[in-house]
Amino acid sequence: MFQLSCENLVLGYEGRVVINNLSFRVTAGDYLCIVGENGSGKTTLMKTILGLKTAMSGHIELGPDITTKDFGYLPQQISAQQDFPATVKEVVLSGCLNHSGLRPFYTKADRQLAETSMVKLSISGIASHRFAELSGGQQQRALLARALCATQKILLLDEPVSGLDMKTTADTYDIVAELNKEGTTIIMISHDINMAVQYASHILYVIGPEAVYFGSTKDFLSSNVAANLSPGGKGF
Amino acid sequence: MIIEQLKIYFEYPFVRYALIVGVLVALSASLLGVTLVLKRFSFIGDGLSHVAFGVMAIASVLKLTNSILLMLPVTIICAVLLLSLGSGTKIQGDAAIAMISVGTLATGYLIMNRFAKNSNLAGDVCTTLFGSTKILTLSQIEVYISIGFSILVIAVFLVFYNKVFAITFDEDFAVATGVNVKVYNLIISIVIALVIVLAMNLVGTLLISALVVFPVVSAMRLFKSFKAVTVCAVIFSIISTILGILISIIAGTPVGSTIVAMDVLGFFVFCLLGFFIRKA
Ligand SMILES: Nc1ncnc2c1ncn2[C@@H]1O[C@H](COP(=O)(O)OP(=O)(O)OP(=O)(O)O)[C@@H](O)[C@H]1O
Ligand SMILES: [Mg+2]
Repeated sequence: MFQLSCENLVLGYEGRVVINNLSFRVTAGDYLCIVGENGSGKTTLMKTILGLKTAMSGHIELGPDITTKDFGYLPQQISAQQDFPATVKEVVLSGCLNHSGLRPFYTKADRQLAETSMVKLSISGIASHRFAELSGGQQQRALLARALCATQKILLLDEPVSGLDMKTTADTYDIVAELNKEGTTIIMISHDINMAVQYASHILYVIGPEAVYFGSTKDFLSSNVAANLSPGGKGF
Repeated sequence: MIIEQLKIYFEYPFVRYALIVGVLVALSASLLGVTLVLKRFSFIGDGLSHVAFGVMAIASVLKLTNSILLMLPVTIICAVLLLSLGSGTKIQGDAAIAMISVGTLATGYLIMNRFAKNSNLAGDVCTTLFGSTKILTLSQIEVYISIGFSILVIAVFLVFYNKVFAITFDEDFAVATGVNVKVYNLIISIVIALVIVLAMNLVGTLLISALVVFPVVSAMRLFKSFKAVTVCAVIFSIISTILGILISIIAGTPVGSTIVAMDVLGFFVFCLLGFFIRKA
């Protein structure tokens, strides 16, 4: 069953079109990788899906059993100021907010979930550190832990491994693949095309404003797009 | 000696009223200060209090007995406008605040100057701007209104604490994951307007920003978590307000300015403490 369907989307800013006429569908359990050059509109697409931006035209439909509360999100950049007083634990726990309704406090289950997410991303050792004082990679993992608290249904990750070292990058890919196996739908933006074809079930490749490739990874590998992209043009 | 003098003062109901109202208002202002400072809306207190000042001028010209009835709704509307303007329009949040702030202040003064029959205009304006003795002349009904509003503000903050944190830290994430940010922002704006109107009685319109900003910024010198900063800001604010009111009674200084002076002093103490703690 489909969870997300985009039809004839036109994305852009103040009259300038970034991506034109984009259509694709995401089904439960999919692992969709969005690839493309800097400035091609990947983040814009993700923000539009999440309702942080409105599309210039076209529409986005959520599946029958999906609401925005089923989204978890890892932003590419976060706007909180440099000396914001918040511990890693407070940040991770705030991911639980979307299913706490009007309840003023977090439940034991929420705290447990935050704890497990931090263990999963091996940041429980720095749980009481100030978020703003962490390294870029540590912050990235804290934000990923927060996203895990928000949902088990659909995770939207905007460059989750940028700024991570090689080992942590590999670990992160493993964690995401594991979540996907457990049934979480993944929509991930990445610059690592090798990783994308290895893990993803579908590829959305933004070539230019008028040209977007969307299809299963298998189809993608046998397409001209992949042939032109790989080193020496011989395919992956 | 001083203790005995204070004892005598405490016999007077107006001193007790001033202390109760002062502490509650300062407490509310510092609670909201946490989110305002961190969202870079430090000066909204200034802007809104000038709006309230303008409305008050109109109310006094119209000879309304209870100016608060006009002041509250107008200030609330402006708070909602300012906070929603801040995100997503061409006019930057701080520019919008500056425009509204100066605009209403000037208009208010113009109206008072032109239409008020009062001979002591300069004194009147000075009183509203710096709140010189207003808090010592509160009527019983004003005290009850202030207590009621303050409790409401504190209750709202406690109930929505987690939401306030999430929205302050990363509004986009909250929106993206289906939290009803619009409603919470509306509630926060209304509560802010409430606090501003309340605080005008305490320190006057010019010094409200001090009540909003100093406690939080001081607490941030010492603490790392949002919770600790919030708690510390509240305690800081209560202590400096009590000290300020007591000193102003004993020394005969203007209440508002004395409270703010205590805030400034506290800030420097916290800076020093923070410096030594980091060295140790
Ligand atoms: N707030 C904005 N206002 C106007 N134009 C914008 C804004 N944000 C992005 N753009 C433009 O939209 C285009 C797409 O930006 P976007 O951030 O979606 O790219 P991206 O594919 O995520 O790039 P990257 O790989 O660097 O993250 C860029 O040309 C950028 O200049
Ligand atoms: Mg991007």
